[in-house]
Amino acid sequence: MIEFHLDPRSGVSPYLQIVQQVRQALLLGLLSEGDQLPTVKQVVAKVAINPNTVLKAYRELEHEGLVAAKPGVGTFVTRTLGQASLTDHEPLRLDLVAWLERARAAGLTEAGIEALFQSTFRTTAEEER
Amino acid sequence: MTAILEAHALGMRYGRRDALADCTLNLPPGHVVGLVGPNGAGKSTLLKLACGMLNPTSGSISVLGDTPGSGAGQLARVGFLAQDAPVYGNLSVADHLRLGAHLNPRWDQGFAQRRIAALELDPSQKAGKLSGGQRAQLALTVAAGKKPELLILDEPVASLDPLARREFLRHLMESVAENGTSVILSSHLISDLERVCDYLIVLVSSHVRLAGEVDHVMAAHHRIVCTRRDPGALPPGLDVVSAEHTDRQSTFVVCADAPLPAGDWAAESLSMEDLVLTYLEATEPGARSAAQASETASNMEAGR
Repeated sequence: MIEFHLDPRSGVSPYLQIVQQVRQALLLGLLSEGDQLPTVKQVVAKVAINPNTVLKAYRELEHEGLVAAKPGVGTFVTRTLGQASLTDHEPLRLDLVAWLERARAAGLTEAGIEALFQSTFRTTAEEER
Repeated sequence: MTAILEAHALGMRYGRRDALADCTLNLPPGHVVGLVGPNGAGKSTLLKLACGMLNPTSGSISVLGDTPGSGAGQLARVGFLAQDAPVYGNLSVADHLRLGAHLNPRWDQGFAQRRIAALELDPSQKAGKLSGGQRAQLALTVAAGKKPELLILDEPVASLDPLARREFLRHLMESVAENGTSVILSSHLISDLERVCDYLIVLVSSHVRLAGEVDHVMAAHHRIVCTRRDPGALPPGLDVVSAEHTDRQSTFVVCADAPLPAGDWAAESLSMEDLVLTYLEATEPGARSAAQASETASNMEAGR
């Protein structure tokens, strides 16, 4: 079983924070196929958030095909993100290290690198949508 | 489904002073509604009208489809927790539950006892000897134990320390999840409302300035920073909530039903706290006394 936490300063809406934490738990291998997510009641009793927010997050995860609700039983993980993507991590990380070296060589400061990454990330994410 | 609360041109006048004026609301069921506004804005008046402790001087209000306080049936469906969570100091915790059982036709003794056990309260303890947080929890247990369809809470966490506040909200949300209770809750602590509310009402100087589903409200508001210009130079369809100018820059907070058109500006979303503060400041520039403003500011501060 995993636990959720909310960061009120993140600027990310509470429902998205839950969605992201489930995705992250899948990526890190904390959750795998067949595992149960905490029930809505367990989440609100722990985190003090609106039950509708949890339901909305679980619906979104269901829509993405990551979990499935079994009525009267609970919500269960149906797919594992962990293993396949973890093996992809190392080459991607090496690419990133090489890119960061080039960026520093080109004279970018840390703030500049972060800004460039953030804006590119946002643009490509919007294009994908 | 019947609205939690429906008000049309609702007003409440004390002598010559409007405590609430021209209030029109339609709150859909199954929501946790947050009510914010400075002290004296009319929050408590609206909540008392909703539970039938006051009769309106103009307009109409119905709660769960009926006139508030119109009979035993209606009273049983609505729970009310007044400011500072009053309990009877000389009665024990168990006495409170007995009282609840005697006075409420739909009382759920099992629920109330489970709650008291979960809170680790001693049933024989006098309520007057409990801590502030425990008193608030006891009052909530009694209000929720009557199994209302709607729970109305007037600043329930204002006097509690952060830990007691979080625990109170946890138990409140548990009741919502378990019983499907709708909630209307007033508070100065926007960070709390951000966690628990999915509907927001901003009340300033007796008037409703903003009411809507939190997701919709948050998505519709934007902060626009651009070279100095008049609000009139912005594209049509944008409702300007506030405008601030320096010699070369303008900052607007706008409300738009459609996605924001592209333009020669930087647009960003607002936090709920910034959004609420924008409405509070925009409504009455300079009209509120400095004392009141600083009091509100310190209350908001306490919510961080």
